[in-house]
Amino acid sequence: MFKYLFAKAEDIPAGSAAIYFGYSSIIWFVIGTGLGSFNAAKLAFPDFVMGSEILSFGHMRQVHVLAVILGWISMAFAMAMMYITPALGNTKLWSEKLGVWNCFMWNVGLSIGLFLLWMGVTSGREYSDLPFFIDVIVVLGLLVPLCINVLMTIKTRRTQGIYTTNWFFGAATFMLIIVFTVGNSPEFFQLTGLTEAYLTWWFAHNVLGLWITPVAAAISYYVVPKVTGNPLYSHRIGHLHFWSVVVFYSTPAAHHLMSAPLPEWLKSFASVEGVLILVPAIAFVSNLLLTMTGKWRMFVENIEIKFTITGVLMAIPLNMQGGFQQTRAINWYIHGTGWIVAHAHLALLGFSTFLEAAAVYYGLQTLLRRKLYSLGLANFHFWMLLIGFTTYWVSMTIAGLIQGAGKIYEVPYIDVVIAEHPYMIARWVGGTMVFLGNCVWLYNMYMTARVGTVIPAGRLPHELAYER
Amino acid sequence: MAFREYKIGSRMFGLAFGTSMFITLYMPAVDIQNVSATYIAMDRQLSFGRVGGFSYEDPFLQGWGKPITVQISQDPKTGAAIESTRAFVYEEDVPFPNGIRHPRILGKVPAAASESKGRINEASEDQGAVFIVREFVENGVMIPYIENVTATRGWTPSATLAKANDSQRLLVGKGKIMFVREGCWWCHTLLPEQTQDWQYFGAPPMLGDFNGESPTAFGSDRKGPDLTHVGSRNSSREWMVMHFFNPRLVQSHSIMPRYDYLWGEKDASGNVIDYDGWRAAYTAYANGESIYPPEVPLPAADSEARALIDFVLNLK
Repeated sequence: MFKYLFAKAEDIPAGSAAIYFGYSSIIWFVIGTGLGSFNAAKLAFPDFVMGSEILSFGHMRQVHVLAVILGWISMAFAMAMMYITPALGNTKLWSEKLGVWNCFMWNVGLSIGLFLLWMGVTSGREYSDLPFFIDVIVVLGLLVPLCINVLMTIKTRRTQGIYTTNWFFGAATFMLIIVFTVGNSPEFFQLTGLTEAYLTWWFAHNVLGLWITPVAAAISYYVVPKVTGNPLYSHRIGHLHFWSVVVFYSTPAAHHLMSAPLPEWLKSFASVEGVLILVPAIAFVSNLLLTMTGKWRMFVENIEIKFTITGVLMAIPLNMQGGFQQTRAINWYIHGTGWIVAHAHLALLGFSTFLEAAAVYYGLQTLLRRKLYSLGLANFHFWMLLIGFTTYWVSMTIAGLIQGAGKIYEVPYIDVVIAEHPYMIARWVGGTMVFLGNCVWLYNMYMTARVGTVIPAGRLPHELAYER
Repeated sequence: MAFREYKIGSRMFGLAFGTSMFITLYMPAVDIQNVSATYIAMDRQLSFGRVGGFSYEDPFLQGWGKPITVQISQDPKTGAAIESTRAFVYEEDVPFPNGIRHPRILGKVPAAASESKGRINEASEDQGAVFIVREFVENGVMIPYIENVTATRGWTPSATLAKANDSQRLLVGKGKIMFVREGCWWCHTLLPEQTQDWQYFGAPPMLGDFNGESPTAFGSDRKGPDLTHVGSRNSSREWMVMHFFNPRLVQSHSIMPRYDYLWGEKDASGNVIDYDGWRAAYTAYANGESIYPPEVPLPAADSEARALIDFVLNLK
């Protein structure tokens, strides 16, 4: 990567930025899930690695969260944008050099930020934990270059219309800049008290609602038609998805503070808007599943479709939970319990990760012009992720229901801790499976780059048979 | 962007996104801003200091530049006996909390009272100041305000500190930094919920209870009990000392980590703490090889553990 930072623009091969982003995202995924597994071990066995401030749960929990959000998920998004946006516009990335710099800045900025966070330098706000000078690096070094590159690539496209995926990419990169800047503004403007707490959750909600969810969905709008060869079932339903995300999904931030003393009108408004998440969700899921018509065998045979459709199917429980758990009728029971932790992992590790993994699998094969090294290892990765995640989700959901019951029946808290303990162990087992699966994935993609069969010109990766 | 549809779409996007921002940012901010700070909010921000997380004065979250909360029963200026008073001592160059820097945050009436009766605008960070929270009744409503007692009664920070011995000082500001840095709030919330939850964990907070505080560290993912009123449930410093050193000493099923590393190198009497020896002795006790657990060293007066325990005991 370093040799291209100061190379002439025409000397940088097309797709370099996407390849670097792809491998970086896999490495961050291994790091992020490794930290997650380590943290889970500490919850199950509190004296596991003790006496060290740096290796304490409280110092590593937020590093795990931001490593998977800003490292794995967001870098996989950047990777997808840097090869899908030009592909859909029948053009090249607007600036390959900016992309390479973007990837370099992303790795460096994130490493510095997470190192400081690990040392305890935190703003004390969940999800926007990074101190403000790191926020500036994130906005100016990571998000703005990405947005410029994506929007300029769309502008210089050589096709007439703009495909659904690119609406989402363009809008989401722009919205993320606004969301990140506004969400971290309490630190610049000394906003305090509930205003600050509300803005913290406004950020946390919108980084999911306007960045992770729509971009993940946009990726599958590309992967499924591309790999199956079926056209997207409905452009119109895509419109419905896009506009309902912009209109409904940017508003329910206050439902994260449903039990806090925020103004009642705000909580009621957020709750009603929150149920409307079902509109984009149903539009998205139905559109993708109908696109699969006649090609369902690929759900079994093709690794990208297997990942993508699993992610799409997980959007169903995700949005059913998300739409209803934030209403007052349900929220009082599960607020602040493991249920929410399970839900958050369903969104990021279930729904979103499976879609991005497909994009990274497909994109790296396309850009490197090499067939995947081993289908067997990829299937192993898939099942480790799926079974590990399911173990995690089921155990945390049960733990959350136990906590909810303990909360309303006024059970001494230590009895809740005792009751939850088996599920904490299950959570660690599930998280460790995900971590091990990712290690195998990293090996598989490394071997793909080294010894994967070269894809002949004019052929697409999924048209070649798997060899291992 | 050749199509007319894209122009319309861009404008529609701006309209939709802008409306959403207006409803979810501008309207709540205006609404919350109109709420007056309560007595609790003033007490909280005065005891915590300006910022509870990363700040210029304390970039590595060591608890630098934080106020000291004292309980005094002698007038620092005259030496006369007074009713036991809780005062917040800001020594030289300790940044004032947001309510003093920007009184607007306190709400109209309390801000006006804090300026006219409390003379907070006369306080200067260069010289330090001492504050107390007081109340007065107007039209049958109790209204809290902040009094700058350095200006109104001549209590200087050094004289006020001199009237409080170590057991009358609470390092709440430094303790909040420890609470945030060590991630206590990843498992313990500071927000009893408005539904059934409060019957076990105590009164849920009001809208005005946080004006001026930053960050609120509510927490979102409860793996241990809520701590908002923990000092009222359990005010034993001895229990806290044992619990922070090794939670399994007082609660055998606890999954809380040991915070023994916050004790630092030496204990309260200046002896070097032998962590390995302690852990070996505790393991022997936990395995049933000895009858009594080893003695927990008392934290030194300037240790991080002491500040964190002060913070927790102060949560009432």
